[in-house]
Amino acid sequence: MYAQMVQSEATKDDPEKLAAFQARIDRDEKIEPKDWMPEGYRKTLIRQIGQHAHSEIVGQLPEGNWITRAPTLERKAILLAKVQDEAGHGLYLYCATETLGVSRDELTEMLLDGRMKYSSIFNYPTLNWADIGAVGWLVDGAAIINQVPLQRTSFGPYSRAMIRVCKEESFHARQGFDAIRKMAEGTPEQKKMAQNAVDRLWFPALMMFGPSDKDSTHSAQSMAWKIKMNTNDELRQKFVDQTVPQIEFLGLDLPDDGIKWNEERGHYDYSDPDWSEFFDVIKGNGPCNVDRLAARNKAWKDGAWVRDGLLAHARKKAAAKVAAE
Amino acid sequence: MNNEWPLWEIFIRGQHGLSHRHVGSLHAPDAEMAIKNARDVYTRRNEGVSIWAVEANNITASSPSDKGPLYEPSESKVYRHPTFFDIPDEVGAM
Repeated sequence: MYAQMVQSEATKDDPEKLAAFQARIDRDEKIEPKDWMPEGYRKTLIRQIGQHAHSEIVGQLPEGNWITRAPTLERKAILLAKVQDEAGHGLYLYCATETLGVSRDELTEMLLDGRMKYSSIFNYPTLNWADIGAVGWLVDGAAIINQVPLQRTSFGPYSRAMIRVCKEESFHARQGFDAIRKMAEGTPEQKKMAQNAVDRLWFPALMMFGPSDKDSTHSAQSMAWKIKMNTNDELRQKFVDQTVPQIEFLGLDLPDDGIKWNEERGHYDYSDPDWSEFFDVIKGNGPCNVDRLAARNKAWKDGAWVRDGLLAHARKKAAAKVAAE
Repeated sequence: MNNEWPLWEIFIRGQHGLSHRHVGSLHAPDAEMAIKNARDVYTRRNEGVSIWAVEANNITASSPSDKGPLYEPSESKVYRHPTFFDIPDEVGAM
């Protein structure tokens, strides 16, 4: 999931208004920015959509890392298009968040100073080309499972952003699968790299869905408001069920000895990720947290003169136009 | 002074013959850049043949609380729909 552990806000609104609001949601009406909404709904959504937007933006870093080193011109063009899409997804989501009354600069600043989070997955490194395939296939695959139900979320701008994102996202997963398939079917050495990428990224990908339901304290309110459509464990199970046959198709070994088909449940059993690692990464101690935030801070700082310069130019032109009239 | 680029609402004509449709918004310093950014953000996969960019400040929107006065009056005016009238079969297409 691109938004993990989003704390949902308690709300202290007029009970009558709250009931009417809940009734609208229960009727599957979309809530639009100018409609009345409980303060908790607004705050939780800012946190959730904002975190989702930040994840798209920070998510460009591990992949952007390989654009100059892609093995062929075609792979390079594909990766470039994918990373550009991620920027676009971030922009759709930032705009959706801004309709809730927070500015783009405030959101950016909250990411840069650590007040807001992004998905834990992007704090893992992409060590070689096989990782780029695995990220597209597993990470974007997990993101799709999370985002498809969010197309039906109750907040109109979020739902519309998700519809756009989902349209583009299956390109991401497919190009990743295609890239890793090439390696899995390649030389023994390439196959080993593919295996190694799957082994390293499997559990971080499972963590994307957030903590286990029994430890997930914020779900009930968010589910009632339809800003979360399924529980973490439901989505994680769906991901495992979908991905295990794909790993087998590639002829790779399963990355977890605990993966077994459970006839009774009609699902694959699997081992839990190491949740202490997850909480540690969220706290800022993952392998790349410091690098990622440093890169974002540098980009923001280095771009300041461009932002200010273009704005100064636009103001000057506008003033000259007024003077001429 | 607030140095955030203004917000623009973006409308795209998907195909010849269709109207422009709102697709989302973006920040840009001026109208020219808004069009350039819109092209990058909203038409990466042949989604459009024409772009309109309107600064969000310049849009006047109806308020959700005006829903009753604005739209309820038309609910009682069923005669505005052609299906209200009973035209005998013998008359043919109309």
